[in-house]
Amino acid sequence: MASRALARTGRRAVDFVHDLGRLTAFGMSVANWSRRRPFRLRRLIDEMYDIGVLSLAVIGVSGVAVGMVLGLQGYNTLVRFGAEESLGAVVGLSLVRELGPVLTALLVAGRAGSAIAAEIGSMVVTEQLDGLRMMSIHPIDFVVAPKVLAMIACMPLLSSLFIVLGLFGGYLVGVVFLGVDPGSYLTGLEEAVEFSEDVLGSLIKAFVFGILVALVATYRGFTAAPSAAGVSAATTSTVVVASVSTLIVDYLITALWGV
Amino acid sequence: MTDSPVRDLVVGLFVLAGFLALAYLSVSLGGTTYRGPGGLEIHATFDQIGGLKPRSQVVIGGVKVGQVTGIALDEDLRARVTLDIDRTLALPSDTSASILTSGVLGDQYVELEPGAEEDAMGPGDEIDYTQSAVVLERLIGRLVQNLGADGSE
Repeated sequence: MASRALARTGRRAVDFVHDLGRLTAFGMSVANWSRRRPFRLRRLIDEMYDIGVLSLAVIGVSGVAVGMVLGLQGYNTLVRFGAEESLGAVVGLSLVRELGPVLTALLVAGRAGSAIAAEIGSMVVTEQLDGLRMMSIHPIDFVVAPKVLAMIACMPLLSSLFIVLGLFGGYLVGVVFLGVDPGSYLTGLEEAVEFSEDVLGSLIKAFVFGILVALVATYRGFTAAPSAAGVSAATTSTVVVASVSTLIVDYLITALWGV
Repeated sequence: MTDSPVRDLVVGLFVLAGFLALAYLSVSLGGTTYRGPGGLEIHATFDQIGGLKPRSQVVIGGVKVGQVTGIALDEDLRARVTLDIDRTLALPSDTSASILTSGVLGDQYVELEPGAEEDAMGPGDEIDYTQSAVVLERLIGRLVQNLGADGSE
């Protein structure tokens, strides 16, 4: 009994490493196909519409809501020390350094990542990918690469929009509702946030998360078992794996580069 | 998927909005603290700069006129601070510099006190009259020492 449990653990570990290796090979293949001519601009724009434009609503609402909560919580804490004019710095630094890129990645993983996995997974089920191969079009070239490129392009843009809307939400609560001086909110914001440390780090994070979410979603869809249950499993595991690895990678980037 | 001009336009607008947000973050927030004219670089040497950092403000009478651009040790192991100041200002050559703190525990900044000389400072000039930062711990330490000495006698 114990030996069986041990064997199962071992098999899981081997499967995990196997999966990781295949994901890396998949990523290399995507990178390779992305460089090849012809560059599929038409497909890229369509995917940017699905991933970027259609995510705008959820990003916008979440951004303003997160900014408003930050403003309220920050104000309630800071006012005890008589330091409510630092509200701009608190809201700005939290959004730019952490919340902007991370929450954007989580939301995009849930909204666009799951859709990508389900779409590619159902293409596997209905043998559309085999159909493409028969026409000697590589599925990674035509289906996967545009999605990955679009996700990488959209993530920093969405993250920046999230941050700006969050700053607006914090301004709304802090300045308009609670009466913090608008000058000190904006000055605190501008003095606390620096380009080389904060804004650049934020962009690097969003970029890395874009690669991460896109690869996990397309890989899970691509390797989905050809059944209805397989598609649903691929969708679920995309959201779980992409979200958890986003959080872990976020810690690693922060710890290694201090952004 | 078929060509759709409206969709292309919406994607274009999305990209534009994203870049505008990015530009706002980079230029407006990420820019330097002091955004007035700079260009006049002068130096000042202090015994103690406390918590002064690059990008700390330089003010005259409370008005921002520049920022600290460099902090280094000179040959005599004193702190040599480089200030970048509005070049349109005609600072008298006997201007003095002191390091002050905004509030009790706030940021430290350099306050310039213009002197009375006729000739103005040029690029690379040295401020001769400087007053070091007050380190709160030392002040308290000295105070405690004095109190102790008074009490024992």
